[in-house]
Amino acid sequence: MKTLRFFAALMLCASQGVAPAGAAEFVDPEDGAQVFKKCRACHAVGADAFNRTGPHLNEIFGRRAGSVEEFRYSDGLTRMGNDGLVWDIDSLDAYIENPKAFASDTRMNFPGIKDEGERGDLLAFLRQYSDSPANIPGAAPTATPHEVALSDDILAIVGDPDYGEYLSSECTTCHQLDGDNDGIPGIVGWPEEDFVVAMHAYKEKVRPHPVMQMMAGRLANDEIAALAAYFGGLE
Amino acid sequence: MKLNRRQFVGASAGIAASTLAAPSLYAASHGGKPKVVVIGGGAGGATTARYINKDSDGAIDVTLVEPTRTYYTCFFSNLYIGGFRTIESLAHSYGGIASEGVNVVHDYAVGVDRDAKTVTLASGDTLMYDRLVMSPGIDFVDGAVPGWDVTAQNKMPHAYKAGSQSELLKAQIEAMPEGGTFAMVAPPNPYRCPPGPYERISMVAHLLKETNPTAKILIADPKEKFSKQGLFEEGWNTHYSGMIERIGPDFGGNNVEVNPDEMTLTIDGTVENVDVCNVIPAMKAGVICERAGLTDGNWAPVDGRTMVSRMDENVHILGDACAQGDMPKSGFSANSQAKVAAMAVRGALTDSKVFPAKFSNTCWSLIAPDDGVKVGAAYEANEEKIASVDSFISQTGEDAALRKATYEESVGWYEGITSDIFG
Ligand SMILES: Cc1cc2nc3c(=O)[nH]c(=O)nc-3n(C[C@H](O)[C@H](O)[C@H](O)COP(=O)(O)OP(=O)(O)OC[C@H]3O[C@@H](n4cnc5c(N)ncnc54)[C@H](O)[C@@H]3O)c2cc1C
Repeated sequence: MKTLRFFAALMLCASQGVAPAGAAEFVDPEDGAQVFKKCRACHAVGADAFNRTGPHLNEIFGRRAGSVEEFRYSDGLTRMGNDGLVWDIDSLDAYIENPKAFASDTRMNFPGIKDEGERGDLLAFLRQYSDSPANIPGAAPTATPHEVALSDDILAIVGDPDYGEYLSSECTTCHQLDGDNDGIPGIVGWPEEDFVVAMHAYKEKVRPHPVMQMMAGRLANDEIAALAAYFGGLE
Repeated sequence: MKLNRRQFVGASAGIAASTLAAPSLYAASHGGKPKVVVIGGGAGGATTARYINKDSDGAIDVTLVEPTRTYYTCFFSNLYIGGFRTIESLAHSYGGIASEGVNVVHDYAVGVDRDAKTVTLASGDTLMYDRLVMSPGIDFVDGAVPGWDVTAQNKMPHAYKAGSQSELLKAQIEAMPEGGTFAMVAPPNPYRCPPGPYERISMVAHLLKETNPTAKILIADPKEKFSKQGLFEEGWNTHYSGMIERIGPDFGGNNVEVNPDEMTLTIDGTVENVDVCNVIPAMKAGVICERAGLTDGNWAPVDGRTMVSRMDENVHILGDACAQGDMPKSGFSANSQAKVAAMAVRGALTDSKVFPAKFSNTCWSLIAPDDGVKVGAAYEANEEKIASVDSFISQTGEDAALRKATYEESVGWYEGITSDIFG
């Protein structure tokens, strides 16, 4: 359920004017080598790097999530990868900041790096082990995704749970009200704000998945709020 | 408007109670509550009955009329043929709906008196209604495939209503001689589940590849093109190369005749001996729609904003039986339409809020193990029809991981929709 928190985190920053969404930056690769010591117990990078407790990190930029062969990922990361999540500076930044918030069932047992500067250093270090745009004409492995900048106004909309209940009947054709998680993720009891952010991320096609992009694409802001209010209130 | 209606219900109580000649005036008067009768306990009807009952909190009396005690979903019945599901896993009972408070009557509706607002059942009983909902699914057009009628359905099964027909077809395929021929007569548009015949071909091919790899599959098809054609043809080439031959209308696929006793299929004058012949004839709305005088041609036209019949404002028709515009005839569509119909019915009979209609549909198909594809669209209704507003489809050349995820998603969808329909 918490897989979507990272959007919430990004959004909150955006709405509070701290930093715009998608603002992660590469800082200092040499300092990053020091930060990487926190990762080294499980991850290898560089020539001859192989999978250890965690997958190797060569070519991590531009790699689809959950896609290193013979590495067993959590269902959540695999699903995000199948849905089209490709690691870039912003998604890696969000993942490293708080792995469990990004993918609740991740097998990466690591509390995260809260310091933005340290993350910037680490990403700059890892970046050296991925192709740079110069190696791949036309590609931009470090490109930032389209931003989902939600205004305070959108986040402030108070949803009508009755309307949400009616609208929810479109969701329950696939998503079960008992919260079952097989094949199709459960959506019952989500924190309202996570729900709102996730739906806007689909609406703006930042989150992959064609069915959800289509469903969210035609929901108005108040309808998203109504659904969030309804599902958030279910046990 | 809604309030007026309500007052009218109350005001009419005395009249209705005092005159036998007009039991129609307000069925509501008898139990004090408005009455809804739903004909057909499939994807559309069961959902509507459940939602009206659940959302009105007992303010409306809901009776569901359905002859069978166990409903076998057509969706995933092809996967049963392919060996991916058991027949039991397709079976659903009405216990859940009944325990939620819907009055489930196992009987068959034989007539509707729209003036009296009554439904007559095969048992002879009559049910009164304030609003009638019909979701009787499909029946076959008489004489659509020369040589075939429903009395031939054991020799040449359609398996387009699931259950014993699905079991029969699978058993016949398993009993085919080595190197034998499976033939399908595909239906003309419009029909239930546009990708259904082609998903079936995929599943039959999978089964034969495992048990009878030299067998052949022959399709006689009256249509130029079919749903997800590029995806199916790509998959057939990859998984079942050389096994499947499709004869379209250019080569006489629209000019067929069958002989169930001789087990022959004649395509454009050429007689083929076949071992199994799956005849899927042209379809029409379940016959009760015709008997109720609510059809125009083969289907029952409705206003998509409320799913109300164009011919009777007290009757809502949904699912495969109705002609509504752009939505394909699918279980997903029927379930989606049911929610709009349920809301409209509640709005008309109580003072509940009515919101603008929205619909959606996604059809998943399985081509081979872990090779799933999907197509879907979103819809809105205007006064003329239900119109598609957005759509998507799986792409050819997708990688195996995505196809596997798509299949897994369809399994999740099956669980989701069946618990949404049956509680
Ligand atoms: C092989 C196959 C595969 C399919 N795959 C999919 C899929 O993957 N996804 C999808 O969304 N859809 C699929 N479908 C389509 C789906 O099954 C139908 O579109 C759906 O069932 C339509 O719902 P309905 O309520 O209109 O009719 P039905 O579900 O057929 O229900 C009609 C009910 O009405 C009852 N009835 C009929 N006449 C009367 C009467 N006079 N009185 C009382 N009861 C009556 C019948 O007994 C039946 O139970 C598939 C169909 C087939 C054949």
